[in-house]
Amino acid sequence: MTTVRNFVRSNVRNPNAIAYFLMAVGALFFPAVVQFATGGSGDYLVGLAADGGIYMLMAIGLNVVVGFAGLLDLGYAAFFAIGSYTYALVASNHLGVTPIGHSLHVPFWIALFIGMFVAATAGALLGAPTLRLRGDYLAIVTLGFGEIVPRVFRNAGIWTGGVPGISALDVPTLPGWVQGPWIGQDFGWVPDFRFTSANLTAYYMLMIILIAFVVILVHNLYNSRLGRAWMAVREDETAAAASGVNTVSVKLLAFSIGAATSGFAGAFYGAKLSYVSSENFGFIVSVTVLAMVVLGGMGNIPGAMLGAIVLYFILFWLLPNAPGQMQGLASSLGLDWLNQSNPNGWPGIGEVVSRSKYVIFGLILVGIMLLRPQGLLPSQIRKQELTHEEPEALAAPRQLQA
Amino acid sequence: MSLLEVSGIDVFYGRVQAVRSATLEVDTGEVVALIGSNGAGKTTTLRTISGLLHPLRGTIKFNGLDITRIEPQKIVGLGVCQSPEGRRLFTRMSVLDNLRMGAYTRSSRADIKTDMDRVFELFPRLKERMNQIAGTLSGGEQQMCAMGRALMARPKLLMLDEPSLGLSPILVETIFSIVREINATGTPVLLVEQNANKALDVAHRGYVLETGSIVKTGSGKELLASADVQKAYLGM
Repeated sequence: MTTVRNFVRSNVRNPNAIAYFLMAVGALFFPAVVQFATGGSGDYLVGLAADGGIYMLMAIGLNVVVGFAGLLDLGYAAFFAIGSYTYALVASNHLGVTPIGHSLHVPFWIALFIGMFVAATAGALLGAPTLRLRGDYLAIVTLGFGEIVPRVFRNAGIWTGGVPGISALDVPTLPGWVQGPWIGQDFGWVPDFRFTSANLTAYYMLMIILIAFVVILVHNLYNSRLGRAWMAVREDETAAAASGVNTVSVKLLAFSIGAATSGFAGAFYGAKLSYVSSENFGFIVSVTVLAMVVLGGMGNIPGAMLGAIVLYFILFWLLPNAPGQMQGLASSLGLDWLNQSNPNGWPGIGEVVSRSKYVIFGLILVGIMLLRPQGLLPSQIRKQELTHEEPEALAAPRQLQA
Repeated sequence: MSLLEVSGIDVFYGRVQAVRSATLEVDTGEVVALIGSNGAGKTTTLRTISGLLHPLRGTIKFNGLDITRIEPQKIVGLGVCQSPEGRRLFTRMSVLDNLRMGAYTRSSRADIKTDMDRVFELFPRLKERMNQIAGTLSGGEQQMCAMGRALMARPKLLMLDEPSLGLSPILVETIFSIVREINATGTPVLLVEQNANKALDVAHRGYVLETGSIVKTGSGKELLASADVQKAYLGM
């Protein structure tokens, strides 16, 4: 008990510990709360949250690359695509229609790690020749890679299904699952459980477990010797080399671990959607994930996670619903004329909001960065850097008092 | 055979030759000063020994092993450690993490702990500030942190590049007395300095670099007494 008490006491003022705790509690109670609030029809929202988890996984992975090691990767979605397509190939009938002529149906739990491994390998292959570049040059190379990969998948013909992509991917299965009131049924044990779109809570819980797994892994890496080496390389590459860090291999590891996380997320994405297409891995995905990391607090794991939650909420819930909300607001204020389109060019308030969605998004981003330049939940180091007073300045007044 | 033998190295930056057939030695237990004015090639020589630059001609041997062309991290592993010019701390990492980075190539936790205690004994200020991030330290403290980081590698040869640069006279005294202390425990030191007076005072032997070439060598006292050196570097 005393150890528990000490643990609580030592962390009660640590913003990261609080953030982890709140996110864990929030994640666990989210489905129940949503179902309760919507009167049992909250499946859609739970599924949306599970998709948000995919972005969160990517933000955690990109945080390793950009936040820890300081490597600007603008083509991060490429590894997401590679993970998805790998899953699609090894867990569907698709290989049967390729010249191989024999389809594989690797179980989800193994295919997940195959997707991760293939993405990590792709990261290492891209990184090996390019990580000798510094700063802006690396950003341009990764930008190019991010553009190339989806195009290759689109044009690889029979191998990747071309423009329509690959569909009917295998869903995850489990020997059993617990059902209960959260999906509107009685408590019970379901044998030979298959994840389907009718039970999005299962996907959601799976996502939570995957995130917890990745967070623990990345957190331990951050506090390890390798984590320090990443930061040293980020701070001063020459000094890091002079301290005995093999900078190329350390950067390569950051790059591949980031790619692996993205591939992991990609495999989950393929399984949940049961469909992959090259349309879903554009530059906008890379930029969104990067914005999540920067906005949340670069170099801080819970910061990146928080950034992912906030941006995902804005992009996939707030903005799509904004036009309807505005219309509702206008009519409840008795301003129904705002909703009517007008021959002199006024298309109605809903349409106006809908058209200016990305303007609003941009304004929100700029607003957050102005109010919190260090990110929503910055790492302790960055915070100290921005608020620290000179040691002499602190010492001087004390001497005067004495 | 000396601990470090640099023989006839030529080092270029592109087409500009920065060091011309420089030859120098450091023996076990010695403090050796490398003095010279701005642009004489002092830092270039150190960077070449560290493996951050490679000479076009000439060889560098450490403990009899040719290290002319091996990678910096391997040279650090052999025990040649540099506290670089301008300190080059990891400014957004804590003092403790900076010191830990110094011990990066080592694996024994017990040894690292012993050396950490030793560094804190030499620099009590660092212990007080160990959780502060290095970028917020004062200039003198940053220099201490850089020296501490180099010591954490348990160097067989410690190379200090301009440790007194930008410090107040009283801190310069402190830093040089610490160099003596470090040497007293058996660590040889190769010291690069513009502050020739102080450096030669501490050093057993010294080399004078001028536009890339070593023009004079002798014991610290001899060089201090030499008319040329006095005129050129000591402002007498």
